[in-house]
This record gives sequence, C-alpha cells and structure tokens, in this order.
Amino acid sequence: MKKSINALTKVLVTVTMFTTSFTAFSEGNEVATLRDSTAIETQKTPDAIPNVANTDIKQKRNYPMQPPLIPHKVRNYQVDLKVNKCMSCHSRNRTDESQAPMVSVTHYMDRDGNFLAEVSPRRYFCSQCHVPQRDAEPLVENTFVDMNTLMKEKQASKAEKH
Amino acid sequence: MKLNRREFIKANAVAVAASAAGIALPASASNLITSSDMTKLKWDKAPCRFCGTGCSVNVATMDNKVVATHGDIKSPVNKGLNCIKGYFLSKIMYGKDRLKTPLLRMKDGKFDKNGDFTPITWDQAFDVMAEKAKATLKEKGPEGVGMFGSGQWTVQEGYAAVKLMKAGFRSNNIDPNARHCMASAVGGFMRTFGIDEPMGCYDDLEAADAFVLWGSNMAEMHPILWTRITDRRLSAPHVKVAVLSTFEHRSFELADNGMIFTPQTDLAILNFIAHYIIKTDRVNKDFVNKHTNFRLGNADIGYGLRPEHPLEKNAINSSAKDAGGSKPIDFEEYAKFVSTYTAEYTSELSGVPVDKLNALAELYADPKTKVTSLWTMGFNQHTRGVWANNLVYNIHLLTGKISTPGNSPFSLTGQPSACGTAREVGTFSHRLPADMVVNNPKHRAIAEKIWKLPEGTIPPKPGYHAVLQNRKLKDGELNFYWVQCNNNMQAAANINEEGLPGYRNPKNFIVVSDPYPTVTAQAADLILPTAMWVEKEGVYGNAERRTQSWYQQVTPPEGAFSDMWQVVEFSKRFKMEDVWTEELLAKKPEYRGKSLFNVLYENGNVNAFPLSEIPDDRLNQESRDFGFYIQKGLFEEYAEFGRGHAHDLAPYDRYHKERGLRWPVVDGKETKWRFKEGSDPYVKPGSDYDFYGKPDGKAVIFALPYEPAAEFPDAEYDLWLSTGRVLEHWHTGSMTQRVPELYKAVPDAVVYMNPDDAKKRGLRRGDLVKLISRRGEVETRVETRGRNKPPRGLVFMPFFDASRLVNKITLDATDPLSKETDFKKCAIKIEKA
Repeated sequence: MKKSINALTKVLVTVTMFTTSFTAFSEGNEVATLRDSTAIETQKTPDAIPNVANTDIKQKRNYPMQPPLIPHKVRNYQVDLKVNKCMSCHSRNRTDESQAPMVSVTHYMDRDGNFLAEVSPRRYFCSQCHVPQRDAEPLVENTFVDMNTLMKEKQASKAEKH
Repeated sequence: MKLNRREFIKANAVAVAASAAGIALPASASNLITSSDMTKLKWDKAPCRFCGTGCSVNVATMDNKVVATHGDIKSPVNKGLNCIKGYFLSKIMYGKDRLKTPLLRMKDGKFDKNGDFTPITWDQAFDVMAEKAKATLKEKGPEGVGMFGSGQWTVQEGYAAVKLMKAGFRSNNIDPNARHCMASAVGGFMRTFGIDEPMGCYDDLEAADAFVLWGSNMAEMHPILWTRITDRRLSAPHVKVAVLSTFEHRSFELADNGMIFTPQTDLAILNFIAHYIIKTDRVNKDFVNKHTNFRLGNADIGYGLRPEHPLEKNAINSSAKDAGGSKPIDFEEYAKFVSTYTAEYTSELSGVPVDKLNALAELYADPKTKVTSLWTMGFNQHTRGVWANNLVYNIHLLTGKISTPGNSPFSLTGQPSACGTAREVGTFSHRLPADMVVNNPKHRAIAEKIWKLPEGTIPPKPGYHAVLQNRKLKDGELNFYWVQCNNNMQAAANINEEGLPGYRNPKNFIVVSDPYPTVTAQAADLILPTAMWVEKEGVYGNAERRTQSWYQQVTPPEGAFSDMWQVVEFSKRFKMEDVWTEELLAKKPEYRGKSLFNVLYENGNVNAFPLSEIPDDRLNQESRDFGFYIQKGLFEEYAEFGRGHAHDLAPYDRYHKERGLRWPVVDGKETKWRFKEGSDPYVKPGSDYDFYGKPDGKAVIFALPYEPAAEFPDAEYDLWLSTGRVLEHWHTGSMTQRVPELYKAVPDAVVYMNPDDAKKRGLRRGDLVKLISRRGEVETRVETRGRNKPPRGLVFMPFFDASRLVNKITLDATDPLSKETDFKKCAIKIEKA
C-alpha cells in the first residue's frame, strides 16, 4: 500500500514537473540563438518585412571568388525563357551606357571551359548566385577572417621579429 | 557613398605615390602583399555541405582557417560552379555561437530535467549518458533506447552509429532524418526494381530532349543541376521543359509547359499519361513483354497517423502487412485500370487544362523524345509517396525510356549523403547496409558475419521510424534518445502535439549533438558540441550514386568533436555484459569482459589500417587518438557489404584522388547507367535490359489509384498549406542563417499568398498574421509578391526560420508504406494577428 502511494506521489510529482517545466526554465535555457531567447512553445512577434537595400554601393567581397552581392532592388526583373532583364545593364554590350559592372569573364565559358561569343546559358539565371540584401541586422555575428587580415597579421609579426 | 572615385584617389594619393616610388617605407606599409610565402593558399577538395547534388568545392585554408571556397572546375557535377549557398560555405563554421563544451541541464550540481544548461566536461557528459542508457536498457531493454541520425552524417559516422545501435545495444530504433526526405523514393525503388537508387546519372541532363519536373523546384533546391538543364534547354532549342507544381515558383521561368495542379492529383495525372500512351498505341511492346510484370496494388491504405485516428480505423488496408500488398494482373487489366483517367476526368480533378495535359503526355509517348523526369519532395513528402514513385516508373517502363542516356526517371535527393549514408549504409530502422533488411534472416547473418558477431545479435523486428520515435517519446516508451546532425524540433511535423511533449517528457533523457545551439538543442537535456564539414574527414554519397571523400582541413573549435568520435568514444563506456544477454555472450565467450569499443571497432576490420597510412601533412587527430586510421577502417568494413553485390565501392584511398565515382565500381570503372547491357557489368549478357534487383530480372508496373489527401481545406480551415525550402537557406537554416550575406538575402520566413486570398481576408502585404491549424498556430508576415505565386486556396511558408516554426501547425500524416511525412498538404486558416 505504502509502495503504491509512493508510486502515485511520484507520478503526481512528475506530472506537475512536466506541466510546469515549460515555464520553469530560466532565460538562460533558451539557448537557440536564432530564436532570440524565446521558449519553443511561445513566439516573438515577427518584425516587419525589411526593405531591400537599394544604395548602389558595392560591398567588399569576402574572397575574390565570391559572387558580388546585388546593391539594388530587382523587384519585377523579368528573367525567363523570353528575356533577361539583368543583362540589359550588365552585358558587355551595355556597360558603356549603363556604367554597371560587366558580368565576369567566367560567365562566357561553357562547361568545358571554352569561351563563347555570348554569356553561357549555364549562367542564365543570375539569382542562383547573386542576391540583393535586406536592411536586417544579422542575428549572430560571424567570425570569419578575411585572408587579407591574416596576411597583414603575419606580415606584422614577421616585421616584429626582424 | 561618402567619396566618389576621384576623391577617393586623391585622398589615397600620398600612400600610393610613396609605395609606387619604393622610397624608404617598410614592407608592411605597401598596399599590396606579393611575397609568395604570405599569399599562398592551401587548396583542397570537399563535397559541398548542403544538398544532394554533390557539387565538389575547392576549399582554401590559411593558418588553420577556411578563407575561401569556390566551385571545383575538375568536378563533372558542377564544373566550376556553385550556388549562392555553396559560394558562402567559407563562413558556415564561423558563427560566433559555436558550441565548445557539453551543456547539461543541472540543479544543485546534478542532472535535473528542469535544471539550467550548465557547462560540463566530456567525461561528465559520457558518464551521465552511460548512466541513463544503462538504466533504460535495464528497465526497458533495447527497445527503450533510440537514435535519430542524418543524411548529413558522413558514411563513416552513419556506419559507426548503426553498429553501435543494431549490434551494440541490439536496438533497431535508429532512423535518419532522411526518413522525412527520401523514404518514399527508397520504397518506390524497392517496390518497382527491388534495388535502391537511380539507374541513370547527371549525364542524362545533357542528353535529354525533354525534362519534366514533378513536385521539384530545382531552380531553388538543386540550383547547379538547374544550370545544367538551363544550359541544355537554351543551347538546344528543340528541348522542352514541363514543370508541375501546386504553386508557381522559380522553375516556371524556364517552363515551356507550366502546370499548377490541385494537391494530391499528381497521382491522377501520372495515371492519365499511362492511359494516353496506351490509347495512342505507343506502348513499347517488345520492352514491356521482355522486361516488366504488371501488378495491382492494395488501395485504401490509411495515412500513417496514430492507430486510434478515425482515418486509420476506417482504412481497409492500413495494417503494415496489407498496405504494401499486391497481386499479379495482365496488361489488359492494367489498361482497363488506367482508362478511368481520361484527359477530361483528370483535368477536372487536377485543374490542369486538357491541352496542357496532352502536351505533357506526348513528351512521354513520342518514341523520338528522350525524356528525363525529376522529382524531390513533391512526390516523396506525400501520403502516397511510394505510389507516386511507382507511377512515374510506370510511364518510363511502358515506353522503355529508361537506363539509356537522356531517358531517365530521376529521383533527386535533398541531403548531401541521403544516398551515401542514410540509404547505402542503411541507417533506417528496418535496414542494413547494401539494401539489406533486418527482418530477413539471411541478411542478418551476412551482417553478423562481417561484424564478427554471434548469430542472433541483430534483432529481427524493425525499430521505430522517425515519426514513431516522436510518438514513443511522448508515450514514455523511448527513454534514452540521441539526436545527431539534424534539427528535428524544427524540421519534424506537428512538434506541438508530438515532438516537444516527447522531448520534455520527464521519463526521457535527450542528447543532441550539434555545432550550434539549435531549436532541437534547446529542447534537449544534454547538448554535445560537434565538429562539422572540413573539420573532420569523411565520405558523402550524392544523388547519382557518386561517392566522394574529403580530408580534414582545419581543426574544430577546441572542445568540439565529430559525430563519429562521439559514437565510438561513447562505446568505451559499455562492457559487453551491460548490453548483451548471457545467452548471446555464451555463443561468443571471448567477448566476455570486453567493451563495446573492443567488439565493434577494435574487431580486426575497423582497426586494420595503421596511422602510417594517413599522409603526414594531414590533421585527423581523431584517428591518432584511437590509434588507427578509423575513417578508412570503417569505410572498408562497410564496403565489404556491397562488393560483388552490385553496390561495389572502390578502395578508400582512390576516393581521395577522384572527384567521386559512381557505384557500382567494377574493375576500377564507374557505372553510369544501371540495368542496361553494355553500361552495367551486372547485366546478364544477351538480356539487353536486366532489372536484377528482382529475381526474374523484370521491373514491376503497378496499378494504383488516385486517393485523397489526409487533410484538405473545408469551411473552417479553408487553405492548403505547403512548406519547403528556399535557395538561400539550407533546411532549418542552422548554418546558412549564421552567414550574414545569406541571412540578409532572406532573413525571415514569410507566408506566400495569392493577392485575391489576402484581399478576401482584409490583408495586405507585410501584415502580421496567424496561421492556424487543428494543431497549433504560428505568426508571420504576408507576402503577396516575389518568387512564389500560389494559386487561390493555397499558401506556402518555408521552414528555415527558427523563430517562426511552421511545423507547429503541420500534420504528421505519413505514407503508410515509406513512413515519410507529407509536409506539403494540410488545412489551415489565416487571421490577422
């Protein structure tokens, strides 16, 4: 009898623990950085849809091979079987008028590395690699180090040794 | 801009002039570093960390840091290209919140389910894990422990985990997140061909005259394969592209024939095409007679919900035994079966105009058109996913358009090693390596022989699959649970009713291994910091059977270890007497007193290769800790399963020199098209085609009907909800949301809605709304423009956003055959919040 009472108490205790467990955590337990310290069963009110940055200011690339980000809006840019709106400024033939950067020479190469007379169709859909940026603050800092910074550090430490 | 170009130059004139003149300035003041010992980058190869395409990436390191990545020009898959995610791989490991120490929920210095996450040592972490696992094994037996793994595990990680679970703990309760992703594809292959994975390869993309996308938005989800299709379509004007989906998306930009269909009616469209081929007398009779059989599959098979759900109780064939049943029929019976699906009936059901349906069917029917069908989650995440896979094979088999260049039913994969690890290694609850299954005594015997285990070690009953694991956690039957390399609290359906109550059930101890503190980690009791991607050595297998390896290229953050290291190191905590019965030990007395580590990983196979085989300039601290080249040992023991059995892998070392090889690799040569004489060495000479996965060498054409979805809109919940991915983020965004450029490209998951549907509800773009289903609600913002254009009556919301968990409202209905969840269809309503 005593045993069964104990068991019952145990069940009750666990049930209570279970029901309170969601609220019992201190904020330190909401570890998912991308949820901004919010418990899973609740939700932070979603921010408004941020605007697309439209400054035309080019951003430094993280490394030479990175596809450049698009510094302007591309809303309603038609890129389909009929037309590629991006090329109306960025194709080689239009850059004198547009003063936009010409698409990279790599874009004229086919799969086997041969240069074609026009941009390769494998590069036709620009948005697969190039994206605009919205005015949103990243949720988590990124500690990626630019190779230039590493070189400068090395150079400085070398100079110190001499 | 603060300065224009001229002003900028003027401001810098002094420095530039001085350095150009080379006057007495120290080298460090030069504006360009040129010395080769400074500028040299160490380049190496690795497969991309993201999707199942399997692009090869060149990775540059400097001072033990990844500093650049770009598409590998030597890779036949991507030939120098990457998508936006691939180009930013360099930054995925450097989120500031990388985990570096195990965290345990504690109160008063010891574990407490309601305690606070507290840093502990790895020793303490393994101590509490071992204590919890042993207590569960003692109380519940092997069925009380479970593991949820990943199609992002390396081959070696998945293989080490399968051994720990199926041989060590003797529990089949191990399943990968690939269950959410590829299980229906596997079911389709096994049912139609008796052997898993595509017969064709990516070379089909340059050979086809027509492409048909079935429930796949390749422009966003397989961008590099899409570049190959775009290249083909635009450079060869006769090529046609047909795209089918339940809403208009980016792949429609290349479509000659774009079709929006009512959810679930893809089944009817597939049967209509078969009917069209028969009606227009374009069946390839010679092929069909020689190489196929016809069968009628059981219908009314239920929806994989809990057994007490009315939909399960009312279904005639919902039991596991009956759901997959079928009986032989002949061609005439099959022709009669599909004759129901006329163009008119199918058009009425699907909403696709008759002329579009006919144009689509003609691509398949015309014997001169080489056609490649491509599909992903639209087919697989479907309560009739295996059927959908069967039905698309039907139309390729009826026309004999299979296993030759350009004629290819091609199942794409979502994860980098869904094929390599989840499928080929067999990390599913019912599988063993090389397509073998636990409920076949011969297969168990083969595994036990290779693993040097006594007969009867591997349990015959399939374990809990992904969705069942969450249910068993909630029910308190699965009590020790280890999650590696996935984020299931964000990715699984119905987390409100099943997932979260399961993880937080006080009876359960939940361990989550991850590089970052994810939603799943937050729901855990113990979090283990994990090494990722090029912080370890590994092997991935992509969608075209291509196996690719990479070396470790940087050291992980101090305190983080790979999933493989965690599994193998944990095995040291168990004596055989802790995990095996006396009866089993008596069959192998020499294992008495040994540890699981001794028996599973120091078994003469896994430890067969000395450290001297690791090149001196390679990192691989893990192998050096264990004392043997463990990645090679695990791979070579695993490869034993498939060699000589149509799953042949090359020797491990060769993969380090190649940009991958497509299995079976026989006599050193890869196989591009399986089942076709001349291109597949396993085909019987003189047979032309040989579907050798089936005993009679014949593939099966299945008669299967259209059946409705588990849940569909009604007066109250009046909208279909479809979920999925976006180009810029991968799965739950745990890596890509930490890359600022990708985050700022697509920061939040919005709900894409037809402008008329919004207007009807008094909503405008940007409004805050509540999406409500029978299971819960989630808030987000309305988007009425942009890349996705849903028809009236359907909305789409991606699942990458940890702060807006759309899976709180999705339904955990599954395909009763594959146990894969349908994430594409449930009923919701939308209200202004």
